[in-house]
Amino acid sequence: MPDATDLLNALVLMTNYVFVPALSYGSQLALGALGVTLVFGILRFANFAHGDLMAFGTTMTILITWVLQANGITFGILPTALLALVPAIAATAIVAILIDKMVFSFYRKRRAAPVVLVIASVGVMFMLSAIVRFIMGTEDRRFTDGERFLVRALEFKKWSGLNEGLAIQTTQAITVVVTLAVVIALFLFLNRTRTGKAMRAYSDNEDLALLSGINPDRVVMVTWIIAAALATIAGALYGLDKSFKPFTYLQLLLPIFAAAIVGGIGEPVGAVVGGYIVAFSEVMLTYAYKKFATYLLPDQWAPDGLLQFLSTDYKFAISFIILVVVLLIRPTGIFRGKVL
Amino acid sequence: MSTTAKDTDPKTETAEAVAPLPTAVAQKRQSPWRAPLAFLAMGAALVAVGMFQSLPVALAILNMSLISAVMAMGLNLQWGYAGLFNAGVMGFTALGGLAAVVISHPPVWEALSAGGRGMALSGVIVIAIIATTAFLATALKGRLRSLAIFVVIVVGYVVLRPVFGDAVNAIEAVDPARTGFIGGLGLPITVAWLAGGVFAAAVAWLIGKVALGLRSDYLAIATLGIAEIVIAVLKNEDWLARGVKNVTGLARPLPVPYEIELQQKQWFIDLVSRFHASALAAAPDTAAREVMLRQMLIDGASSYVKIAYAILFTVVLLIILALCVRALNSPWGRMMRAIRDNEEAASAMGKDIKARHLQIFVLGSAIIGIAGAMMTTLDGQFTPGTYNPLRFTFLIWVMVIVGGSGNNLGAVLGGFLIWFVWVEAEPAGRLIVQLMSSNMDQNSALYHHLQDIAAPFRLFVMGLVLLIVMRFAPRGLLPEKVRHS
Repeated sequence: MPDATDLLNALVLMTNYVFVPALSYGSQLALGALGVTLVFGILRFANFAHGDLMAFGTTMTILITWVLQANGITFGILPTALLALVPAIAATAIVAILIDKMVFSFYRKRRAAPVVLVIASVGVMFMLSAIVRFIMGTEDRRFTDGERFLVRALEFKKWSGLNEGLAIQTTQAITVVVTLAVVIALFLFLNRTRTGKAMRAYSDNEDLALLSGINPDRVVMVTWIIAAALATIAGALYGLDKSFKPFTYLQLLLPIFAAAIVGGIGEPVGAVVGGYIVAFSEVMLTYAYKKFATYLLPDQWAPDGLLQFLSTDYKFAISFIILVVVLLIRPTGIFRGKVL
Repeated sequence: MSTTAKDTDPKTETAEAVAPLPTAVAQKRQSPWRAPLAFLAMGAALVAVGMFQSLPVALAILNMSLISAVMAMGLNLQWGYAGLFNAGVMGFTALGGLAAVVISHPPVWEALSAGGRGMALSGVIVIAIIATTAFLATALKGRLRSLAIFVVIVVGYVVLRPVFGDAVNAIEAVDPARTGFIGGLGLPITVAWLAGGVFAAAVAWLIGKVALGLRSDYLAIATLGIAEIVIAVLKNEDWLARGVKNVTGLARPLPVPYEIELQQKQWFIDLVSRFHASALAAAPDTAAREVMLRQMLIDGASSYVKIAYAILFTVVLLIILALCVRALNSPWGRMMRAIRDNEEAASAMGKDIKARHLQIFVLGSAIIGIAGAMMTTLDGQFTPGTYNPLRFTFLIWVMVIVGGSGNNLGAVLGGFLIWFVWVEAEPAGRLIVQLMSSNMDQNSALYHHLQDIAAPFRLFVMGLVLLIVMRFAPRGLLPEKVRHS
């Protein structure tokens, strides 16, 4: 029988390699999926440019971070990028509204089929990704500063006397805290404020909302501001946590869409839950459980292989499989969003 | 955000969602010269590149344009005829490339004897799992069915994993620097073009079964996913096609010679010396003439090979174009357009929408697979690491939209034009950068930064072209012709 230390070791191991990374990745996906789902719920199209909007928001964050750092402004132990988020969101929101005015509003006014808007978003995706590369180039960039770890592996080992260390990066903790704050603020906004209620009404039934005097232009504008804010925060948190590479944001599109659809597209609660479902399945299915098993099982049962269900290269496959299963079993998603 | 989303009228929703562009509206009559003139202009542009930039560049653009045109036709079948949003062109292209390896590469016997049996056993296990699942799906009902299927898949996975793992290790251990994979069948590579179509069609059938019948955006996201998975599999399953280690030196199709051999052939030397007779005659002495001829032979052989490819691709393009045009003008084509323009009405007339959509989705993907195999043949190597969605999926979309969705000639023109712009945008970007930075300090950070801008410039141009065409010529350069009798 494994004794208490082994159990604790196994628990710490899982927390360190599965729970913490999945929680922060899930938060980033949740924020991204919230943006996609909002645009879908109100503007009624799947925005393929959302990944590159995230990249653009991150680019703005990095630029402003550099300006702040050059002027000697930092945020103590927290990354300076958090300070830069506010002006970056403003800049991204302006760009998003400009894009809407120049591209999407034309098709919306003519009541074009949603799929035409999807193709237009592909055009926007091309241009945004080009602009991001114009500004940042294509190389890897890290822009985090301040204290790197909240909990260090070695200190944790010394403190607890366990074999396994627990490391929590500051960026991971920030991701979770910021996500929590943003999600709560968004739900309060949607449920309590007049504008939020107008947005929900517009999403539910456009004609009825127009009939009761809701200004559609205002709803659309607020939607883009929120989508840009969510994209910037999600992108910047992802970039802080991993690193900034322009093309990774295009690859994030698939898990983000999967998250939005799993939860029920057009449904904010669903997007958050979907984000965590996708992230936890990705991390849990690609983690090698060998060490975990050696702590819990008697020595003679120790496994030979890595005990890994799928190699980490197939993490895209996991979001896709989740997507397919949801499509087959419950096309509306967990929270019964709109059927795409 | 809405719990009562169901009450939005489902009829208007689907009808609106599927029709890409309303074709039934009154159209302006277009000049019959429009298509020939457009192609003439395109040809002139290629000739200009050949004359002012260089001949090899022009021929390279021509070859990739032909392949792009085939891809665009495949996508046009799906989007233009049926309004299906396929965002997985990249995956089908790569499957075609895989076919080129699997068909034409000679088999690696050591690897097959080391791991062939394990691989075959894995195949049997996979088939057994699928068969059992299919049987259970029909034989059982309700919760018991889900449970039984789940158990079968888990047990099957546990049995499969060690057998497959050992086979893979055995195969990848065989001379990993040169082979380390099972090789192919050693058949002529032209066979692979057909096989590429079959591979792509099989995967398209699977994905279509799942995602068709829902709203079109769903198909888009599902195909986006399948494409990523195909690439992930090709990158990581080294036993199949060496993954990111690439398979190089693929055989050429029969009529295309190798440059080195061609340079030795007497008839080719005669041809080149006759072609450049006046230039050779002007040479001062025999030694200089020899050197001159040698260079001409090298250049000529390279052009000859490119032209041979171009002829081969043109033949394929013309066959597929003829088939597509015939299909579009047949009762089948009319039915497809009827389904696209009004699903409700077509359904009321007794057309099986889902089955027709599946059919056209599979056909279109097969054409893309053929083009993918042709592209790998042209490159002579299969490099899974180079596939990315912007270049292989969304660029093809731009071709179809710009060319004119629903019109096969439009798709061909789009393939030519967009590939031309895609290639030439980079030198154009470099030129602009040069003009901008010509009187700048060569050591400043901004100057260095500007030098990197040329590459992404083409992305910018593509987005701009797509948005402008969608806005001001939404039916493309060569709009779909609709005949009302």
